[in-house]
Amino acid sequence: MAYSNKVIEHYEKPRNVGTFGTQKEIKERTDIGVGLVGAPECGDVMQLQIKVNDDTGVIEDAKFKCFGCGSAIASSSLATEWLKGKTLDEGFDIKNTEIVEELSLPPVKIHCSVLAEDAIKSAIQDYKQKHS
Amino acid sequence: MSVSNSADQNVKLPMYLDHAATTPCDPRVVDAMLPYFTEMFGNPGSRNHSFGWDSEAAVTNARQQVADLIGADSKEIIFTSGSTESNNLAIKGAANMYAKKPAGQSSRGHIISVIHEHKAVLDPCKRLEKEGFDVTLIDPKSDGTVTREMIEAVLRDDTILVTVMWANNEIGTFNEIPEIGALCHEKGIIFHTDATQWVGKMPTNVKLDNVDLLSLSAHKMYGPKGAGALYVRRRRPRVRIMALQEGGGQERGFRSGTSNVTGIVGLGKACELCAQEMDTERERLLALRNKLEKTVTEALDVTQVNGHPTKRLAHLTNISFGFVEGESLMMALKEIAMSSGSACTSASLEPSYVLKALGVGDDLAHSSLRISMGRWTTEAEIDYAAEKIIEAVNKLRDLSPLFDMHNEGIDISKIEWAAH
Repeated sequence: MAYSNKVIEHYEKPRNVGTFGTQKEIKERTDIGVGLVGAPECGDVMQLQIKVNDDTGVIEDAKFKCFGCGSAIASSSLATEWLKGKTLDEGFDIKNTEIVEELSLPPVKIHCSVLAEDAIKSAIQDYKQKHS
Repeated sequence: MSVSNSADQNVKLPMYLDHAATTPCDPRVVDAMLPYFTEMFGNPGSRNHSFGWDSEAAVTNARQQVADLIGADSKEIIFTSGSTESNNLAIKGAANMYAKKPAGQSSRGHIISVIHEHKAVLDPCKRLEKEGFDVTLIDPKSDGTVTREMIEAVLRDDTILVTVMWANNEIGTFNEIPEIGALCHEKGIIFHTDATQWVGKMPTNVKLDNVDLLSLSAHKMYGPKGAGALYVRRRRPRVRIMALQEGGGQERGFRSGTSNVTGIVGLGKACELCAQEMDTERERLLALRNKLEKTVTEALDVTQVNGHPTKRLAHLTNISFGFVEGESLMMALKEIAMSSGSACTSASLEPSYVLKALGVGDDLAHSSLRISMGRWTTEAEIDYAAEKIIEAVNKLRDLSPLFDMHNEGIDISKIEWAAH
């Protein structure tokens, strides 16, 4: 698989790797939204966490962890970069096609970008649910 | 865990640890082949001049070298383009020869094979199924092996052919070939084995091992690509097959087409070298393989060596590293050429069907590496590879949400994952 330089760059130096606490701690924190998508048997799992300013609705920080191929890691790393500083609504509008374009993902890797979009939407929904 | 760094200076990168995929040609093989490209280029079918005679002599010599490696008579060797062709010729050729009913009808005969065979066996079986034969594919044991009893349990009165690989290409596990062969001979059933990964590495005697048809390939044993052979037993029983490729009647009519003289000479030389060197080579590689497995499994938890612990080829190991995906692992190790059972490394986007057949969970199949060593693999290379693998797995585990969950005591299998 010949990857684009951007995928390799994200893979080798992934941005914003980590979590804001253990699974248990995160559940209790209302300023954090979590998206956990994918499945181990499918070969990719993404965990995306966003830290949101409750007053402004701006995503102040984002962290990810990923079990998956190089492009899955790159897609989730890119997602965290793009989310930081965006409002929840702006974040919700990120499309997988934009990730495909930015990383020049080959057709067989498009599902990685779809997974990243799912992770973003799922994290935002999780945050909103905690506040409803 | 710290591993000695001393290995770094002694290895050349990129490093090749994928000898189960293919091997480099031994320079001695290339030397043997070279004259047959230029000076002795004759067609062995030319009976009336010295150019033809020289080529024919070379082919005859190679036929003997191949026969000697597997304990056959030289008349029992048919040269082909490799194991895929040998498997097709053996399976389709035998099924059509021993069919109980003519083409166009159903219930033409029963064929037994195993689900973790190579596609070059499974696909010919599927073709025959469409052409009126019944095919039973059995599951291997969870250690990857196939025994006589397992074949015996699915035999039918109309079974005409059993095909079981000698050693598996992904996990290196080998099967009870002499015992299965004996069973087939007792029942009057033709027995084929795809021995591509086995021949040249393990002692083979088709007569004592009760094999009727055997496929082998030059490029897995330091010979050239595009050359292979099919052994067809001539006595007790005399096995007959129907040719697939028709024309000039070469290879006693079993395989028409001008002989690939250079390839055949290379195959012969490769067989001769394997016969001389396999015993010492096997011991050397086994020590390296054991060292590699010991080093990585001691340094990393939640790892699993797939296949049978001992009934396994010496040069090959297949290891699953929990919570790490195989393709990204190979990306981290891009200076070391290996294979993975991960879906992302296959054209089909499915994880390895071989590991699946063993009951290895899909998550661990995605996490597997196949490392296969060869004639020029050194201890320094294995030390280097082990160190880099440990480093890469640790790096990717730092990235893995599954590893976090494992460390927090969360049972990953209990989570409701949304398959996608």
